[in-house]
Amino acid sequence: MRKLLNVLYVTNPDSYLAKDGENIVVSVEHKEVGRIPIHNLEGVICFGFMGASPGVMELCASHHVGLAFVSPYGKFLGRVSGRVSGNVLLRKRQYLLSDDEEAAARIAMNCVLGKMLNCRSVLLRFGRDYPEKVSPEFSERLQWLTEGVRQLRESPSDTLNELRGREGILSKCYFDCFDDLILSQDPAFAFESRSRRPPLNRVNALLSFVYTLIAVDCASALESVGLDPQVGFLHRARPGRMSLALDLMEEFRPYLGDRFVLSLINNRVVAADDFLVKENGAVILTDTGRKAVLAAWQRRKTEEVMHGYLDERVPVGLLPYAQSMLLARHLRGDIDGYPPFVMR
Amino acid sequence: MFVLVTYDVNTESPEGRRRLRTVARICMNYGTRVQNSVFECVVDSVQLMEMKTKIGEVIDPAIDSVRYYNLGKHGRDHVEHVGAKPGLNVEGVLIL
Repeated sequence: MRKLLNVLYVTNPDSYLAKDGENIVVSVEHKEVGRIPIHNLEGVICFGFMGASPGVMELCASHHVGLAFVSPYGKFLGRVSGRVSGNVLLRKRQYLLSDDEEAAARIAMNCVLGKMLNCRSVLLRFGRDYPEKVSPEFSERLQWLTEGVRQLRESPSDTLNELRGREGILSKCYFDCFDDLILSQDPAFAFESRSRRPPLNRVNALLSFVYTLIAVDCASALESVGLDPQVGFLHRARPGRMSLALDLMEEFRPYLGDRFVLSLINNRVVAADDFLVKENGAVILTDTGRKAVLAAWQRRKTEEVMHGYLDERVPVGLLPYAQSMLLARHLRGDIDGYPPFVMR
Repeated sequence: MFVLVTYDVNTESPEGRRRLRTVARICMNYGTRVQNSVFECVVDSVQLMEMKTKIGEVIDPAIDSVRYYNLGKHGRDHVEHVGAKPGLNVEGVLIL
């Protein structure tokens, strides 16, 4: 298994990135604030800042370090990546299967199944940890979800549209329970319902921000095994959209994203004043809030979990990589189906 | 692994000063400068070998010396810092 390397987050808007030898040098107003050898890095994520020299882009590209640009609010803007790596036959196979509705549905099916199983586990775990907080509605929805997952497994959809519809219904059912999972009594952290573009409350702002981080990791991971992150199965190709990265992250949303956001709120890592509410109702993270989230995220990525399919301990940050590898193996025909990551 | 690299390059001649700069530059590419001629490097065995080879080609073994302390995987736990310039931990959280 590959070693999990570090990710450099550039959050200061006055930072400039330059190359010096094999180092990335971060400077603020011509004063050096940090210097990191490129071989210690896995990726660089920049949040709205002054700029990066072409030298840095070259350095990152040649060392296969993902350099991603994200708006200060966490919206993904773009990535600099080097030459397309990996096997062209693998990519052709990916394109072929993506056009084949039935084959695409089979893979998409497993992504969705993985996601829904993980959603269910999140709720189940909450029920185990806080049996006194479980309301009758919560149990009822949990039952629906369990039933939905069972149906999904027993009678898989053979068309993508049907699958998308079923996924939507089950996701709604899951997010209806989300308010119960938030232990904070603070009304600032009420979830209500999922809103995005823009997120209309603090919980949604956190979810959107964390999902972006996961998407960036998934795209890098896919590229590192030689897959094209833009050609998906569940998500159709659309210019600029990283469809396969979005497919891959489905199963990580509940496990990595939602649970992480819940722990941020429940453990009071973020407070109500770590957010800004704009005139149009959009809620965004402040500088301090974003730093707190990123620091916690980076720590979370170094924790190890047991990977059920690989039967190996894997750092959380390498899960997207492990799953990309399994997806590539499936596309090559080495394994019969794509095994999604399912939490215990 | 975590390797501490220290060097002493004879700077009495212009060539010596050139060697010193070159050695410093090589070390900079592999690790973090913690003191003037002391570097902490988080490297794998291939990278360590590369660094050793590059430095070996530069120094004059008759008058210069380089020491590599291999502190292993948990090397950082054995380091205590007092005073200014604590140095950047490349394995910690990097938010700049």
